[in-house]
Amino acid sequence: MKWAIEIEDLTVAYQQKPVLWDIDTAIPVGQMTAIVGPNGAGKSTLLKAVLGIVRPVAGRIRVLGKPFQPHERRVAYVPQRAELDWEFPATVLDVALMGTYGRLGWLRRPGRTERAIAQAALERVGLTELANRPIGQLSGGQQQRVLLARALAQEADIYLLDEPFQGVDAPTEAALLDVLRWLKAQDKTVVIVHHDLSTVAEYFDWVVLLNVQCIACGPISEAFTPENLRRTYGGRTVVAVEEPKAL
Amino acid sequence: MDFTLRVVMTGAALLGLISGALGTLAVLRRQGLIGDAVSHAALPGIVLAFLISGSKAPVVLQLGAAVSGTLALLWVQTILRTTRIRFDAALGMALAVFFGIGVVLLSLAQHTAGAAQAGLDRFLFGQAATLLRADLMVMAIVGVTTFFLVVALWKEVKLVLFDADYARALGLPVRRLEMLLIVLLVVAIVIGLQTVGVVLMSAVLIAPGAAARQWSKRYGQVFLLAGFFGLLSGATGAWLSSLAPRLPTGPIIVLLLSFLATLSLFVAPERGLLWQYRKRKKAARNAQQAVLTVLRELERRHPHEARPHPAASIQTLLGPEVPVNAILRQLERHGQVQHEPGRGWRLADRNPEATHESRS
Repeated sequence: MKWAIEIEDLTVAYQQKPVLWDIDTAIPVGQMTAIVGPNGAGKSTLLKAVLGIVRPVAGRIRVLGKPFQPHERRVAYVPQRAELDWEFPATVLDVALMGTYGRLGWLRRPGRTERAIAQAALERVGLTELANRPIGQLSGGQQQRVLLARALAQEADIYLLDEPFQGVDAPTEAALLDVLRWLKAQDKTVVIVHHDLSTVAEYFDWVVLLNVQCIACGPISEAFTPENLRRTYGGRTVVAVEEPKAL
Repeated sequence: MDFTLRVVMTGAALLGLISGALGTLAVLRRQGLIGDAVSHAALPGIVLAFLISGSKAPVVLQLGAAVSGTLALLWVQTILRTTRIRFDAALGMALAVFFGIGVVLLSLAQHTAGAAQAGLDRFLFGQAATLLRADLMVMAIVGVTTFFLVVALWKEVKLVLFDADYARALGLPVRRLEMLLIVLLVVAIVIGLQTVGVVLMSAVLIAPGAAARQWSKRYGQVFLLAGFFGLLSGATGAWLSSLAPRLPTGPIIVLLLSFLATLSLFVAPERGLLWQYRKRKKAARNAQQAVLTVLRELERRHPHEARPHPAASIQTLLGPEVPVNAILRQLERHGQVQHEPGRGWRLADRNPEATHESRS
């Protein structure tokens, strides 16, 4: 098995309280992986630790076999919709273009190539018509599509999505899933923080069950068992702690 | 126009331009309060700089302002790191403590140094008449420098303002960029203090950005427009305050800006309150028409028995977003539909004969 992300002994704490404790897990290349666990389990924090957005207290993270270097842009991030200020003065195309900022480097403005990349990403998520719409006028589902388009414009190898299906309607969920499956078909790695246990087996190949510690991980057939779910959600109460703020 | 007035107006315009554009950075991050805390916290620095150096030179006093404003911000960051006090509360604390110390120092200076401090209290409410050509040079240099910085870091700053986490994931030095933004904000405040004063400076930072945001959906346009609003209010305010002796400039500039911001809040297209009110009115009218159309259609399907129809059937057709029940009650008040408790709704038959004929 080739690994996209390898995590060893990862501990993240916020004001002395562990949010993630002693995580050992690995996520395979070219698969759809779900990160599942109750509120406060540290799911978002795990993504942010991989991306270098929060600094771990301890542990090693390797991305495609090497320590993670953000500027290599091989990992694209789709944050939770609610974390952003949608009143910000920008259009749909502006946001999609942000995905190309990494390849541009300092002092360079997006040009024709970047525009084409962003337009293609918008087309992939079905937002071509809305390219010039202010983001403040988008519905929840459209907001989620823009964020996915921005990640696509980054042309990364690994895509980390934080609850992309949260609060979107069924057609949007289906459309997003189509894009994610298309990514998988391109041998890209897709990792999703997911809430809906009923769709895990249908959507995903691999699962990480998380509750501050890593409860289980592996192919759906092996790891996504009632016994493991009980251990993740029930069994032992884990005090919910606040997620750490970004550094 | 005499020379002094020209200097004063140019200075106030430059200051409005710089603070308006740079304040937009804070407005778009929803951190306008930072400006308020820093400008109030500048007061003790100004007075101390005077007490220690004995000089009234603007550069000396501005340096003092910058130092104590920055100290206040560092204190806020320490509070945030070491306690569970929230950002706004920490800013409020810093503002109150620093400003309080500043006022105490100011009255001490009044007693000890006598008339020499006469120039200091202008920092409370601002006095543009004290601007000199040398001050204009400082403003112009600062203005040009910040302009080039903001242009050079255009897309990085934009990304940090909109989504700092994503910027971090792309490998941008977000912390340093955020620090740069704060430094720019402090600079804008410091050069504005002499003209506007510590009490109202934050309004000059926030109001232009808030007004400009109403008029445009584009980041760049919001910047330019905020700068323009600042420039306009600065120049006009300085001119107005020159008309009468001892009229403080700060409050006049701020009044003009507040007027602009309030106006923008009401009349701007799409985001303005009037526009939204009209849009809601129109949506309400459309919804009423839709409900009436459905009722008419229901009655057409049962032409021979004039029975009422449940609201739920209308709701099903129009979808869950339409507040069908509220609309029906509204229409009832207008006499267009009638309610039969327990059975449902029907069109009001003011003239049953006519309705009947039109059907057949």
